[in-house]
Amino acid sequence: MMFLLTIDWAFFLEKLILIAIVITLSLVIAMYATYAERKIAAFMQDRIGPNRAGPFGILQPLADGMKLFFKEEIIPNHSNRFLFIMGPALAMLTAMMTCAVIPWGNKVELFGRSIPLQIADINIGILYIFAVVSLGVYGIMIGGWASNNKFSLLAAMRGASQVISYELAMGISLIALLMLTGSLSLKTIVEQQMQAGHFWNIAYQPLGFLIFFICAMAECNRAPFDLPEAENELNMGYHQEYSSMKLGFYLFAEYINMFISSAVIVTLFFGGYDMPFVNETLLTPNMAALVGVIAFFAKIFIFIFIFMWIRWTLPRFRYDQLMNLGWKGLILLALANMLITAAIILYRM
Amino acid sequence: MPILQLLSDIPVTGSTTDYAPIALQLFFAIGFIATMLIASGLIGPKRKTADKLENFASGIPSHGDARQPIAIKYFLVAILFVLFDVEVIFFYPYAVNFKGLGWTGFVEVILFTSFFIIGFIYIIKRGALNWEE
Repeated sequence: MMFLLTIDWAFFLEKLILIAIVITLSLVIAMYATYAERKIAAFMQDRIGPNRAGPFGILQPLADGMKLFFKEEIIPNHSNRFLFIMGPALAMLTAMMTCAVIPWGNKVELFGRSIPLQIADINIGILYIFAVVSLGVYGIMIGGWASNNKFSLLAAMRGASQVISYELAMGISLIALLMLTGSLSLKTIVEQQMQAGHFWNIAYQPLGFLIFFICAMAECNRAPFDLPEAENELNMGYHQEYSSMKLGFYLFAEYINMFISSAVIVTLFFGGYDMPFVNETLLTPNMAALVGVIAFFAKIFIFIFIFMWIRWTLPRFRYDQLMNLGWKGLILLALANMLITAAIILYRM
Repeated sequence: MPILQLLSDIPVTGSTTDYAPIALQLFFAIGFIATMLIASGLIGPKRKTADKLENFASGIPSHGDARQPIAIKYFLVAILFVLFDVEVIFFYPYAVNFKGLGWTGFVEVILFTSFFIIGFIYIIKRGALNWEE
C-alpha cells in the first residue's frame, strides 16, 4: 500500500513517454531496416531495388506493413492454436523488451527536470539483456512446434540449438570485458569509455569484440548463420505456416533484434553515446545529449549496415560447420581471451 | 574469509524501484502486441477452405504428424548448454570482483576453468558434438 501511495507521477509519466518513444523508434528503424536491406542488396547485386512506392521507394516499408495487416490469418488445422499465437507474440515481446536497459544518451534538462535517456538503469544491465535474449529461443521453438509442420519443426530445432550454442561463447566473451569495467551496468560502462585518457573498449578487447559480434549475428539468425530460415532446404523456416501480422511479428522481431544487438555492441565496445573528439562536458547538458544521441545512432546504423553487408557477401554455413565453430572454436577462444585478459590486468596492477 | 570480506566491501547499489520502468515497458509491449494481433485478426478477410488449413509440404499431401522422434543430438546440445551456461554464470561474479581477489582468485579460476575444459574434452571425445555421423 505504501508503495502505491508514493508513486512519483512525474517519474511515471516521464518513463512512459520514454518507453513510447524508444519502442516507436525501434519499430520505425526495424521497418526502414527492411527497406535498407533491400536497397543494399540491390546495390550489391547491381539491381535497383524497390522504387515504386513513393520517391526512391521510401514508402515501401509502410506498404508492406499495411499489406500484412490486411492479409488473412490462417491457423492450420493440425496446429496447436494457443501456442501458434504465443510463438510470434513471444518473439516480438522479447525483441521489444531488450531495449529497456540501453542508455540512449546522457541526461536532458526539460521542464526543470533532469531526465536520463535510459528506461531503466539497473546495476545488472548485461545480465538482463542476456536473460531476455535467451527467452527469444522460445519464440522460434514454440512457433516451429505449434505449426506441426515437418519443415518448421526441423528449422526450429536447428534454430534453437544454434542460438543456445552461440549464447555460451557470447557469455564468456563478455566476461573479459567485465573484468575491465568491473560493472554490469551499461551506463557505467559507457561513462568509463567517455573518460579522458580512456579509449573505447574495442581497443582493449578486440578479440572479445570479434567473438561477441559473430555470436550476435548467430543470435539474430542472420546470414551466414540463417540456418533456421534456410529456404532452399526448409522451404521458409520455422515461420512457414504463419501469415498476416503473426508472420510480420517474426520478421519484425528479427530486424528489431538486429537493431538492438547493434546498440548493445556499440554500448559495450564503441563508447555508446560518446562522440569522438568532442568533450561533452564543455557543452550544455541538452546539447551534449543531442550530440550523444546522434553519435550513438550513427554508430548503430554503421553496424546495421555491416550486418547487411555480411549477409549479402557470405554464403551460409553448413550445420556441422556452424556447430563446430560455436562449440570447438569460439568457446575455447573466448575462454583463452578471458584468462589472458585477467592475467594482463593483474600483472599491470 | 575473502568472500565475506568482499561482500562487506561492495557498496549497495540499486533497489527494486530501478526495475519499475521494466514492468511498465512489459505492460506497454504486451498491450501493443495484443492490439496488433487482434486488429489484424479483425481487419483481414476470412475465406477459409479445407486446403488452405492443411499444413504446407511443398505441394504434396502431408503425411502424418510432424512431431516424430528427432535426432538425439539436438537434445544433447540442449542439455550441455544448461550445464555449461551454469558454469559461465559462475564466472560473472568473479569477473566483477576479480581486481579485489588478485592472484589467489586467478589461480582458483584457472582451477575452475580446467574443470570446465576437462568436461569439455570429455564430451568432445565421446562424440557428443560430432554432427557428421
